[in-house]
Amino acid sequence: MKLSDLAARLDLKVYAAGAGLGREVGGGYAGDLLSDVMAHGRKDDLWLTIQVHPNIVAVAVLKDLAAIVLANGRVPAAETVERAEKERIPILGSAASTYELAGRLHGLGIKGS
Amino acid sequence: MALRRFRADLHIHTCLSPCGELSMYPRAVVERARAAGLDIIAVTDHNSTENAAAVGEAAAGTGLAVLPGLELATEEEAHILGLFDEGTDLGPLLAAVYAKLPDIPSKRSFIEDQVIVDAEDGVTGFNPHCLIGATTLTVYEAVDLIHGHGGLAVASHVDREAFSVISQLGFIPPDLRLDAVEVSPLLSYDEARAALGAQTPLPLLRFSDAHRPEEIGRATMVFLLAGPSLEEIRKALAGRDGREVRPS
Repeated sequence: MKLSDLAARLDLKVYAAGAGLGREVGGGYAGDLLSDVMAHGRKDDLWLTIQVHPNIVAVAVLKDLAAIVLANGRVPAAETVERAEKERIPILGSAASTYELAGRLHGLGIKGS
Repeated sequence: MALRRFRADLHIHTCLSPCGELSMYPRAVVERARAAGLDIIAVTDHNSTENAAAVGEAAAGTGLAVLPGLELATEEEAHILGLFDEGTDLGPLLAAVYAKLPDIPSKRSFIEDQVIVDAEDGVTGFNPHCLIGATTLTVYEAVDLIHGHGGLAVASHVDREAFSVISQLGFIPPDLRLDAVEVSPLLSYDEARAALGAQTPLPLLRFSDAHRPEEIGRATMVFLLAGPSLEEIRKALAGRDGREVRPS
């Protein structure tokens, strides 16, 4: 499913790199330990996290993730948005919890490993 | 000025840390530090400096220098050590930290694990704040707060699988103005250098992170300094004026 479809279905807010929403999402991963995401995230994953530090963009680039979704209404730091725009990594967000978002995504066919 | 060797363990908790053993009273800390051949220690409880002065007093006249400090938990749940000079007024820093801790009503049993003591090991109170929690300070704000009080900022146990700048943020942000990074005793110094040397140009330190008396001094560094002050340690970390730091 395309990022833009997921964003519409889950009513996600777009914080950065909205131009990249045409990308196809391959799967999902959730985690707030960036070291763990670096180890287990897969290409084209949608990544759910509550971390907002600029390093999340670097991890997404490194692992070629489809996009970052911030849960719990977390708002990315200004520098995080800046880097995401530069690296063309979409950052989306929702007031829902990580658990709730993962459940809804799974229901839409976005699976984990 | 003549330089001499100082053996230092700059990451030690006391009975104020909820995870620190209650046996970590000032006199026990000083006794064990001296038995371990240490010249300088730093008292670094979680999100508080309130027992540091008591340990300093307990060490008066023993030849052991005690630096006040704390281990700040940031919003990202990364731990960062703040090390300060003896006599620094840390009141404003503490107020800033406490204001950023979660307002979670603590159970009485929990608070009783956060013991404030005097130099004679007498209990003078219990810290009511949620010291085990993380502040809402970002890693950048934490480093700025420490520097703003003249302190040195050291990323704690970066080899650990949780609560380290690397575990939480994947890698050390190059624009984070740390003064050094610390590894835990789980790694030897050589292993740490092999694992991290390429990742950061910062000085690599290895301290005990002692939560129990017998852990004090299990990992130390040797500093070549003119005296046991924070300014001398700052010079050693920067490699200035002949001051040095090396693994022991």
